[in-house]
Amino acid sequence: MKTNDFSSSSSPSDRRIGALLRHLTAGTDADRVSSVFASPTSGVAGGSVFAHLVQAPEDAILGVTIAYNKDPSPIKLNLGVGAYRTEEGKPLVLNVVRKAEQQLINDRFISLSLWVEFWSRIKEYLPIVGLVEFNKLSAKLILGADSPAIRENRVTTVECLSGTGSLRVGGEFLARHYHQKTIYIPQPTWGNHPKIFTLAGLSVKTYRYYDPSTRGLNFQGLLEDLGAAPQGSIVLLHACAHNPTGVDPTLEQWEQIRKLMRSKGLMPFFDSAYQGFASGSLDTDAKPIRMFVADGGELLVAQSYAKNMGLYGERVGALSIVCKAADVAGRVESQLKLVIRPMYSNPPIHGASIVAVILRDRNLFNEWTLELKAMADRIISMRKQLFEALRARGTPGDWTHIIKQIGMFTFTGLNPTQVSYMTKEYHIYMTSDGRISMAGLSSKTVPHLADAIHAVVTKAL
Amino acid sequence: LVIDSMASSMLSLGSTSLLPREINKDKLKLGTSGSNPFLKAKCFSRVTMSVAVKPSRFEGITMAPPDPILGVSEAFKADTNELKLNLGVGAYRTEELQPYVLNVVKKAENLMLERGDNKEYLPIEGLAAFNKTTAELLFGAGHPVIKEQKVATIQGLSGTGSLRLAAALIERYFAGAKVLISAPTWGNHKNIFNDAKVPWSEYRYYDPKTIGLDFEGMIADIKEAPEGSFILLHGCAHNPTGIDPTPEQWVKIADVIQEKNHIPFFDVAYQGFASGSLDEDAASVRLFAERGMEFFVAQSYSKNLGLYAERIGAINVVCSSADAATRVKSQLKRIARPMYSNPPVHGARIVANVVGDAAMFNEWKAEMEMMAGRIKTVRQQLYDSLVSKDKSGKDWSFILKQIGMFSFTGLNKAQSDNMTDKWHVYMTKDGRISLAGLSMAKCEYLADAIIDSYHNALLYWETPIEL
Repeated sequence: MKTNDFSSSSSPSDRRIGALLRHLTAGTDADRVSSVFASPTSGVAGGSVFAHLVQAPEDAILGVTIAYNKDPSPIKLNLGVGAYRTEEGKPLVLNVVRKAEQQLINDRFISLSLWVEFWSRIKEYLPIVGLVEFNKLSAKLILGADSPAIRENRVTTVECLSGTGSLRVGGEFLARHYHQKTIYIPQPTWGNHPKIFTLAGLSVKTYRYYDPSTRGLNFQGLLEDLGAAPQGSIVLLHACAHNPTGVDPTLEQWEQIRKLMRSKGLMPFFDSAYQGFASGSLDTDAKPIRMFVADGGELLVAQSYAKNMGLYGERVGALSIVCKAADVAGRVESQLKLVIRPMYSNPPIHGASIVAVILRDRNLFNEWTLELKAMADRIISMRKQLFEALRARGTPGDWTHIIKQIGMFTFTGLNPTQVSYMTKEYHIYMTSDGRISMAGLSSKTVPHLADAIHAVVTKAL
Repeated sequence: LVIDSMASSMLSLGSTSLLPREINKDKLKLGTSGSNPFLKAKCFSRVTMSVAVKPSRFEGITMAPPDPILGVSEAFKADTNELKLNLGVGAYRTEELQPYVLNVVKKAENLMLERGDNKEYLPIEGLAAFNKTTAELLFGAGHPVIKEQKVATIQGLSGTGSLRLAAALIERYFAGAKVLISAPTWGNHKNIFNDAKVPWSEYRYYDPKTIGLDFEGMIADIKEAPEGSFILLHGCAHNPTGIDPTPEQWVKIADVIQEKNHIPFFDVAYQGFASGSLDEDAASVRLFAERGMEFFVAQSYSKNLGLYAERIGAINVVCSSADAATRVKSQLKRIARPMYSNPPVHGARIVANVVGDAAMFNEWKAEMEMMAGRIKTVRQQLYDSLVSKDKSGKDWSFILKQIGMFSFTGLNKAQSDNMTDKWHVYMTKDGRISLAGLSMAKCEYLADAIIDSYHNALLYWETPIEL
């Protein structure tokens, strides 16, 4: 805890205040210091109005990269953030993305004079709901082009800032307009989920999900907890490639979840951050969502293009709300705009334009699916290699979860002490819950990771 | 009525999208009331699914009122009269009334693509090069607050997003403190503080009798506010009035704020765009920095770099020490993370590239002077037209005294309605016109419209006002 150090100030009155404060306060208690002032904001001469703000710790996930960057070791490995890396360990910008950006700049897309007018307006404010064509294409991508909900105009889609932004806007909307203010999130889940929903104004509870003893799904626990939730509660579901565990329900299990949720009027809120990345197929990865839409019910889905299109820093995503009727969807959309406007007015255009160019063009779309599959396949290959490497070393324990789990991450089962050791001794950076990003591995670095895991498991830590 | 400066190009749910392909066949129903009963029947035909007969969970949700500016733009689009003029737009237009992408922006984007920059996540606080650049632009590169690292700078989602981060910080760490906003102010200010749950009240600003600044009222209201209030100030080119304090008045405003230990909170959306000079437009902010005060500054590059849709801006918090700045920055990050995790990279890179290259920076300054110059020229032309056509002796000089994109004409609602209904001039009902949407060629027509509306348009229960 830090306080203003009045004693070293150049102002005599500050130093007197400093002496007085040292007298009054036994230690360096920032809260007590701030209570000396007349109001939260009126600063005593020379004092800061920000004296009572403490240093916040770095974000747990993003802080891993910060720590990694500081490490001077040549053998360091970053398995923290879920950002895809090539076999050479480099970030990847997809070819289709480069092509799309070139099109946007060159105006080569134009054939009619009407288009000229459009592209010269390329920096004009988007509507509050974002790039309309992007919204329609995104809804089709996640719900299926032939989705009855789309055909019946029962879907409202708004462009948001990637997954986080979509979840936040959806959460704020529910907190304002939905009768049940509690959201159930799986245990464990992405570290940012509880913060997003809490700040959105919802109260957050958990449902059992991961079973450490099987390193698989605690399906019984999940059904019990959702069954016990009050009627109408909101339930957060990872559409595929659960983060951080990589453990997904089977389609049969999804069907049971759907039946249970519909019978209790539970509102599904899907987080879809890995469509196409989990299995390599866009449609396969969207199946759970489409099952829920097919029964005619309502749901929310937050989409992110950060991973599957490699558009991380562009912050591209969409929130879709599937409603019972078209006029409801219209009213819902108008209320979403009231959430967005005082937050950032309207969303950024660049990433959404790239997505729109790719999704609307048959050739680019196909090219994208191939690049997507290649990324997914490389990750699956890393899983196999790591599994084999541990087997070759005779590392004690059952490591099949590495090849059973899906998506970018593996929940290794390592505890924080073991993780800490791996960071210190092997310069391997990961989150303390034992999650590693397979996307950050390469054939060259798998042996190093296998050695580290072997070491911590065989040591009595 | 709430006004906001968003461009007329913001489209409603039911209107056509930006893409011409959609114009003639868009069946996007969103926003239209009364769904097709046939479709409804189809929906209910799924009898096997029990959910189909249950009502929507969102049935009770009402249609939110449309955004005020949107209504203006929609009506403008629907108007078929060839004389129509859209002065609601808060976005710069050329003399040909076309949107304008700056040459330096195109150059920067070409460079970025050639270099093959990656698309990795930015840190929560944004692009470091941008943060450094934006603070230097605001305070001046060698300024002590920068050298002594007393400024916490976070990249934000243009002006709105930056204001929202600061508002959230105020709500969290200054519980009970109020924000004072000018009467009138940009319409979205209230929405931002409402959603951030920060209480606000107004200080007098616009004097309708003089069509100028109610300086005494402003000072009195700032003085009366509880000690330690936040005072929202427009750094330059006040929106919607175009009326800025003089340098002498700024000194007095700083005095009273210091006297009451208030915290200034600047909204700087037009640096370089108001006078044409980046330094001149930052004078008010720098005056406060000279005083050693702690204060907030929200910046936007929407107008001055024409980057509207890229959503690029910053929140700067000037603190009394580098230690405080570090702590404040860490807490701003904690607010950004559950809102959008980290900001978009594209606009930030454009700004960093333009300002970081001497040739491009100079080119930018020239383009900005050109844009500000066009608006000044149009102001002069409008004034000249009014003076030559209006024989009543009314003083139109307020048009020349106001600065920036907007002019507060002093027209009331009835008069503004007359502008639209009779003359097909679209503007907000508070009498604000956007000079950025006016061409030299249209000045005479606009002058005719304004003169007619002033003298002849009355609410039926009103008596004529002696001008």
